[in-house]
Amino acid sequence: MDREGQNGFRIPSGCAVSAIFSKEGTRRSGEEIIRSIAMMHERSNGLGGGFAAYGIYPEYKELYALHVFYEGKYSKEQCEAFLFEHFDVVNLSKIPTRKSPAIQDEPLIWRYFVEPLHTKLSESQLDPDTFVSRCVIRVNSGIDGAYIFSSGKDMGVFKAVGFPEDVGAFYRLEEYKGYCWIAHGRYPTNTPGWWGGAHPFALLDRAVVHNGEISSYDANRRNIEMYGYRCNLLTDTEVITYILDFLVRRRGLSYEEAANVIAAPFWSTIAAQEEAEKRRLTYLRNVFSGLLITGPFSIIVGFTGGIMALNDRLKLRSMVVGEKDETVYIASEEAAIRVIQPELERVWAPRGGEPVVIRLHPTAGEKEG
Amino acid sequence: MAVQETYALGQRYIGCGAQWGKITVTQVPGNALGAYLDGGEIEVLCSAQDATGDTMNAGEIVVHGSAGDATGYAMRGGAIYVRDNGGYRCGIHMKEYRDKVPVLVVGGSCGSFLGEYQAGGTILVLGIGCEDRAPVGNFCGTGMHGGRIYLRTRFLPPNLPEQVAVAEPQSADLERIRPLVGRFCEKFGGDPESLLAGHFFVLTPNTSNPYHQLYVNN
Repeated sequence: MDREGQNGFRIPSGCAVSAIFSKEGTRRSGEEIIRSIAMMHERSNGLGGGFAAYGIYPEYKELYALHVFYEGKYSKEQCEAFLFEHFDVVNLSKIPTRKSPAIQDEPLIWRYFVEPLHTKLSESQLDPDTFVSRCVIRVNSGIDGAYIFSSGKDMGVFKAVGFPEDVGAFYRLEEYKGYCWIAHGRYPTNTPGWWGGAHPFALLDRAVVHNGEISSYDANRRNIEMYGYRCNLLTDTEVITYILDFLVRRRGLSYEEAANVIAAPFWSTIAAQEEAEKRRLTYLRNVFSGLLITGPFSIIVGFTGGIMALNDRLKLRSMVVGEKDETVYIASEEAAIRVIQPELERVWAPRGGEPVVIRLHPTAGEKEG
Repeated sequence: MAVQETYALGQRYIGCGAQWGKITVTQVPGNALGAYLDGGEIEVLCSAQDATGDTMNAGEIVVHGSAGDATGYAMRGGAIYVRDNGGYRCGIHMKEYRDKVPVLVVGGSCGSFLGEYQAGGTILVLGIGCEDRAPVGNFCGTGMHGGRIYLRTRFLPPNLPEQVAVAEPQSADLERIRPLVGRFCEKFGGDPESLLAGHFFVLTPNTSNPYHQLYVNN
C-alpha cells in the first residue's frame, strides 16, 4: 500500500476526535458521527479518517469480525490460507464501499466472521481472545501487504486515507447501527499517511483514536514488544492500543487504573495525596513505569459496553464532554457536539489525566435509534 | 473591513485583528476567537473554545459561558471577561508595557497552569460556585515574573512555586479589583459589593527569590 513520502510527496503538517455513546444501548446510524467529525474538517488534512462502531453485527455477535486490508491478490491468498488454517470462517465478503473521487487507491478490503478452530485453540492452550490477538499480530507482522485492522466481536473499524466525512461515505456508514461510535480525522505530523496508519487502531474489541504525539513512543514500544506485541503500522498511536490491551485484558486493571499508568500524575501531585491514594498511585507508576505515555494526547478508547476519554496529564490537547438524556458526546471541540446535539444538559472539559469512563447501563437493551 | 453579521457554528478566527466594531456571536465559535484583537468588541452568548483572545492587544471579549484552554494566551492589552470557567493555561505569557495592561477575569474556576510565565497584566479569578476549594488547578503561576493574579478564595492553590509571593490585597489592589468586578457584574449580573466582600489572595513574582541560576549562571 502506498505510503505518504514514498513518491517524494509529503504533506508535513493536529487531529480531531469525536464519539457518541448511548448508555441505554440505543443504536443509531453513522450519520451523526460523520456530521460531528466533519465540523472539525480543518483539524484534518485528508491523510486519514476513520470510525469504530459497536453493536453493529448483532447477527454475528458471537463471532470475531476481522476487517482486512490487502495490497493485492497475493497477500489475500496468503492471509486467507492462514485464516482457514486457524479459524472456522462462517462468512466472508468484501466490505461494501461507495466509489468516490475523494477516496483513491483503495486496497482490497475484506471482512471475515470467524471463530477459532477448536482443534487449533485447544492445541494452543490459549483462551480465544489471546489466540485471536496472536493471530492478528502474526498476520500484521508476517504477511506482506495484509493488515487485520479490526478484530473484535460485534464491532468494526472503518478507515482510509481521506477526510473523515469522505471515509464515512465511502464505507456507507449510514447503513450500520451502533450504540457507540468513535471517529478520527487525521493530520499526521511525524509519520506517513497511509491506509494502515489511519485511526482507529484496534486489537480485539478495543479501538483507540488519538490526537497528539507520543514523546515516549520508543520507550513504550520497546517495553510492550517484550510482551509479544509488534508495532508495525508506522504510527505512534498503535502502541496505546497494545498498552491498553496489556493492562486491561492481560493484567486485569480497570480502565481508571490504566489511565493512572499511561497518564500518571507527577510525583509532586502524588505526594500531595492521602496516604492510601499515594501508595496506590506510586505502585502503578513504579510497576508499569515503561508504559507512562508522555507528550500531548487526547484519546478516546472504545470497548465492548463502554468508552473512555483521557487527556495527557498536562492536558496539552483539547477535549470536551457533553451529556443529553442517556447519550454522552465527546469531541475535540464543543462545536462538534453542538452540531449534532444543540441542547446539552451538561458540558465540561475533563482535567488532564482524569479518565472519563462511560458504560452501558446494566439493563441497556438494544433499541433502534 | 466589512463586519460579518452572522457566524457559523465552530467558525474559527472570528474578529481576528479587528480594530473596531461590535461582534455578537450566538453559536459556539471555533478556536482563536478574537486573536490579535486590536480594539473591537466581541460578545459571545454561549461558551467559547480554545485560544480565545490569543495575543490580543486592545478591545474587549465577553463570554457568557466558559472559555477553553489558553484563554488570553500572550495578551498584551484589552480585557476578557468569562462568566463561568476557564480551561488550562489561561493567561499564560501575559505581558504589559506602560498603559497597555491586559485583564483576564474568570467568574468560576480555571484549570492548571493559570498565569504560567506571566510577565505582566492582571488575572482575576472570582471562584463563584467553588467556594470550598482553590479555584485553580496545579502549577499556578509557575515561572511568573511580572503582573498579578487575584484569587477570590480562602484556599491557597496547591504547590505554589517558591518564586511566587502570596499576600493579602492592599488598597492599591482593591482599587484595581473594584472596576473589574463592577464590569463583570454589569455584564453577567450579580452584586459587586458582595463579591468584593470575599477574601482575596494576591500572587505576584517573589522579588526576593528571583530565577537566577535556574537555567544559566547569570
